[in-house]
Amino acid sequence: MSSIGKSDQAVPFADLTDTAASAEPYRIPPIPFMRKARPYLILAPALLLTIGILIPFFISIYYSLTNYSFKYKDYSFVGLHNWVKMLTDPSFWHSLWVTAQYAVFSTGFEMLLGIGIALILNQDGWLARALRMVLIFPLMIAPVIATLIWQLMTNNSVGVIAYALRSIGIDNFIWGADPKTAMFSVVLIDVWVNTPFVIILVLAGLRSLPKAPFESAMVDGGSAWFTFKTLTLPMIKPLLLIALLFRSMVSLQEFSIIFALTRGGPGDTLMSLPLTAYNEAFTFKELGTALPYMLILWVIIYIMSYYLIRYWSRAQKNASGN
Amino acid sequence: MGHKNPWNQALKNAALALYALFALFPLFWMLLISFKHDREMFNTIFVFHPTLDNYRVLFSSGEYIGYFLNNVYVSVGAVLLSLVVGVPAAYALARFDFKGKENLAFTFLSFRFAPEMLIILPLFLIYQKIGLYDTPFGLIWVYQLISLPFIIWILRGYFEDISPEIEHAGRVDGYSWWRVFLKINMPLIRPGMVAAALLSFIFVWNNFTFALLLAGQDVVTSTVASLKYISSDTVHYGQMAAAVTISALPEVILALLIQKHLVRGLSMGAVKG
Repeated sequence: MSSIGKSDQAVPFADLTDTAASAEPYRIPPIPFMRKARPYLILAPALLLTIGILIPFFISIYYSLTNYSFKYKDYSFVGLHNWVKMLTDPSFWHSLWVTAQYAVFSTGFEMLLGIGIALILNQDGWLARALRMVLIFPLMIAPVIATLIWQLMTNNSVGVIAYALRSIGIDNFIWGADPKTAMFSVVLIDVWVNTPFVIILVLAGLRSLPKAPFESAMVDGGSAWFTFKTLTLPMIKPLLLIALLFRSMVSLQEFSIIFALTRGGPGDTLMSLPLTAYNEAFTFKELGTALPYMLILWVIIYIMSYYLIRYWSRAQKNASGN
Repeated sequence: MGHKNPWNQALKNAALALYALFALFPLFWMLLISFKHDREMFNTIFVFHPTLDNYRVLFSSGEYIGYFLNNVYVSVGAVLLSLVVGVPAAYALARFDFKGKENLAFTFLSFRFAPEMLIILPLFLIYQKIGLYDTPFGLIWVYQLISLPFIIWILRGYFEDISPEIEHAGRVDGYSWWRVFLKINMPLIRPGMVAAALLSFIFVWNNFTFALLLAGQDVVTSTVASLKYISSDTVHYGQMAAAVTISALPEVILALLIQKHLVRGLSMGAVKG
């Protein structure tokens, strides 16, 4: 038991190959080099496949320093010109602001709504049990398709929501077409699609909580809010951070919902960083000026995820009560 | 928590019902009007004569079937390729201890969160140069950035759950390393593998940005094609609804099939639900 129990992780089966070799002398013991190389060899196909895709990433840093355009064959090195141009362009700061707003609003609503619904769903009624199964459906729908569904529902001539609004006297609500409600409309669709993600993660956390601390809190007569604040929240904090991490990283780069609903409009109301980069590259055919927008978004996402992951691993240690 | 306040309970149920309405009604309504004839679209809300005309028209043109099959082809292809390279990779990351292991694992995870547009811009250029633009394989390849992280990270967790001692026992019985992998490990992780494959299928199937910008004329997927219905300003709302329903239905069914593994899958193995 002892020799197997503390099996040498670096060389799996090392203890076995030895015994096997002594029991069956004709078996050739594995060559040490191969043993060391084995994990890398097993990983190689997956690595090659993805590195092929990642080379463009490094190329993109280079191209961001050139005036590469899809319109012309030749291009030349222009140094930091594209970067300076972007940083001094007020529309860049507008894009950054739109991106931040979209991410904060959608992630924020999804977290609050998701936690709330998960807390209610964490009980044993027939309704809760049935809903746990079907509430994930919107998450499985492609965001573009979701946008299409909401467009149909709010369509002035056939939409059921438009009809409902008309019947209570609101007939000039134009959703994405109005600069005032455009952000609300795209965030609404994002919330519709992604709230179930937060719900099922939080629910999984709630259902795995140990019973004992909650029972003793009840015996001591702690209020529901007190129990939630001092017991539930710290215990599911690692889970909340995972949900927050995933949601914020994806919502920062959301393209399809905004593109499908308004293409960044009306005007430049919803011109987030991905939409601006898309416009520069595919409308104006300027690859060199498009790339800095995405590179800076990548840096933002990277820094944010780095700190969130660090915070998460600390919270996980605390929650497991070291 | 303990003291049951009837008002409190009623309030909770009301909130739940409200959210359920918000989440499910759009799907129900979409399904409903996909059976509604265009004649009745403008003057009825819920009561109408159901018809299959919208589906009939959609399938008779053959165009939509083409988009649908394109999506099946590239999505299945992408997931299969991910399984072939991802299962061994997940095993290596779970079982062996080697230099740079966590960095490698994190690299795979980071693909999932790289801004799609950042990958597309240079790839658009390169794909056109090497002839992968607008080809099924071009899409299958770039989809690895979506499906591979799922497969590797979810299966890594499942492999870690298998005690090394089971493998040791297999080896003692004289199985080769490969036989142990195929005969002992694979059956044990099969449920997880199916779940990971289906989940990554859903996300590949749903992908819009890659399919829109790295393919365009020859390989139009049904997800991208759905946008045509918006921009063409068509009045065939019923067909639009039918197309949406057909595109969304497989995913909803798949989601029900892998319910037990969903939490683990969606959190890439970070939460062992």
